Amino acid sequence: MVVEDLVMRYGDKVAVDGLSLTVETGTVTAVLGPNGAGKTTTLETCEGYRAPHGGRVRVLGLDPARDRRALLPRIGVMLQSGGAWSGVRAVEMLRHVARLHAHPVDVDLLVDLLGLDECGRTPYRRLSGGQQQRLGLAMAVVGRPELVFVDEPTAGLDPAARRGVWDLLGRLREDGVTVVLTTHYMEEAERLSDRIHIVDSGRLVASGTPLELTRGPSSGARATIRLVVTEPFPPDAPASLAAALGEGTEVVALDEVSLQVSGPADATTLGRVSRWCEEHGVLPESLTLGQRNLEDVFLELTGKELQP
Amino acid sequence: MSTGTFVPAPGTAPLSRRVLAQASMEARLMLRNGEQLLLAVVIPVIVLVGAVQGADRIGLDLSGQRAVDVFTPGVLALAVMSTSFTSLAIATGFERRYGVIKRLGSSPLTRGGLLGGKVLALLAVEVLQVLVVGAVGLALGWDPRTDAAGLGAALLTLALGTAAFASLGLLLAGALRAEATLAAANLVYLLLLAGGAVVLPADAYGGFGSVVTWLPSGALGEAMRASLERGGELGSTTVTAWAVLLAWAVVGTVATSRRFQWE
Repeated sequence: MVVEDLVMRYGDKVAVDGLSLTVETGTVTAVLGPNGAGKTTTLETCEGYRAPHGGRVRVLGLDPARDRRALLPRIGVMLQSGGAWSGVRAVEMLRHVARLHAHPVDVDLLVDLLGLDECGRTPYRRLSGGQQQRLGLAMAVVGRPELVFVDEPTAGLDPAARRGVWDLLGRLREDGVTVVLTTHYMEEAERLSDRIHIVDSGRLVASGTPLELTRGPSSGARATIRLVVTEPFPPDAPASLAAALGEGTEVVALDEVSLQVSGPADATTLGRVSRWCEEHGVLPESLTLGQRNLEDVFLELTGKELQP
Repeated sequence: MSTGTFVPAPGTAPLSRRVLAQASMEARLMLRNGEQLLLAVVIPVIVLVGAVQGADRIGLDLSGQRAVDVFTPGVLALAVMSTSFTSLAIATGFERRYGVIKRLGSSPLTRGGLLGGKVLALLAVEVLQVLVVGAVGLALGWDPRTDAAGLGAALLTLALGTAAFASLGLLLAGALRAEATLAAANLVYLLLLAGGAVVLPADAYGGFGSVVTWLPSGALGEAMRASLERGGELGSTTVTAWAVLLAWAVVGTVATSRRFQWE
């Protein structure tokens, strides 16, 4: 799937502003961004719901707007919400969508995998948000598509249901289905994706594997060390610690008892931090080491929190 | 652990299977919905029984014909209108609202399959309505003096009426929000029931009668009465009524195909 310089507008408002990205066949690719970043609009253009106002989109080699008829059987779409009659039962709806396809997945198996049997005879309008989400995902995959678009698949799901959805997306990948998902959950993107595109204000701000993104532009893994001490430290402590750690590290005071060190994730850095504590008579209350996560990357790239 | 369950095998089911699936789904949902069932069966039966009893009581002059022989074909026409216009418009309005049409728009159903399914579902519900209304009419003493040609004419009338009203119902549902569609479809239904020459013959409206036969409701009602009362002796008025229905169907279809949105 290739998106090149895509531009989409709603009236005067530009929703997608020259976005380019590619999705390799057989991978799980996350499009990550805050609400209003243009994720859904981009997806709906790839699904053929809207024609691009500028740029070019190719999905499985086809133009989604012009070759819609040929493309539709080959893709599966999970909408962000809705998509079923208010009075329909979950399994009944899934069977209906299955019947529209030539070689559908066994409906009973899918019902089992996603725990949809718990919906029983309840009409769609009275299903919980999580049940509606899972039905939406089931409808997207039941036709055995080559490529599945899932828009915020786990928004509002409880942890158990979220894991169920992740397992299913994992199985799709193992079976060679290409998955494009939008999300604003870091953990989801990090755990599931082969590749992540970070989108903000309708533009691509970064792309890469989760590891590439969290390592950042410099080579070598970078870590964040957070040091919390028992008593307030003197004002020159950040500078003094930075001097002790040497080049390539950065120290900021988070408050009067905690310091955050960004630097190479190695034992040397950690050793120097403890030696500095010893030399300055500082008693650490806690010392935590963490990889830069996607949340940090996102914050650095856009200056925004990903989740409100 | 992969079981190969999801190994891609995309493909579209044959058109006949898609249309049948869509039709059976829509018909089931229509019959499961209490309000739709009220509109499809209960109201026509009440109108039939009420009109026949009322006409006998007030001694309504129906050009010498028995009330039940005039009103049963009229109520059959009303039943066609209620299903193919009001029910269809409301159901489709809410399908747009709930994203059903958008969802199906990304499935292999296709627009033609969706429309085919809807038409088939309408016809299935209409068969049920004809059976119920016909049975009630017969119980009230309806004597359809008709023959094979008359029955054929009645079926053609039903088909043309369905086409005209369904295209107008879809036009309404495609243009307005779901709640507005609900209100407008019911309002139009009531107005046509009262003043559209569906149940009452056009000549009961006096001078206004020649106008209402140009409405789809009047054309449907007149053609249905002519088919089931006079059998093979179909006059030029019946042919005109068919032409009126066909014209409404063409106008409705063209307008709908221009305006209707999957979302």
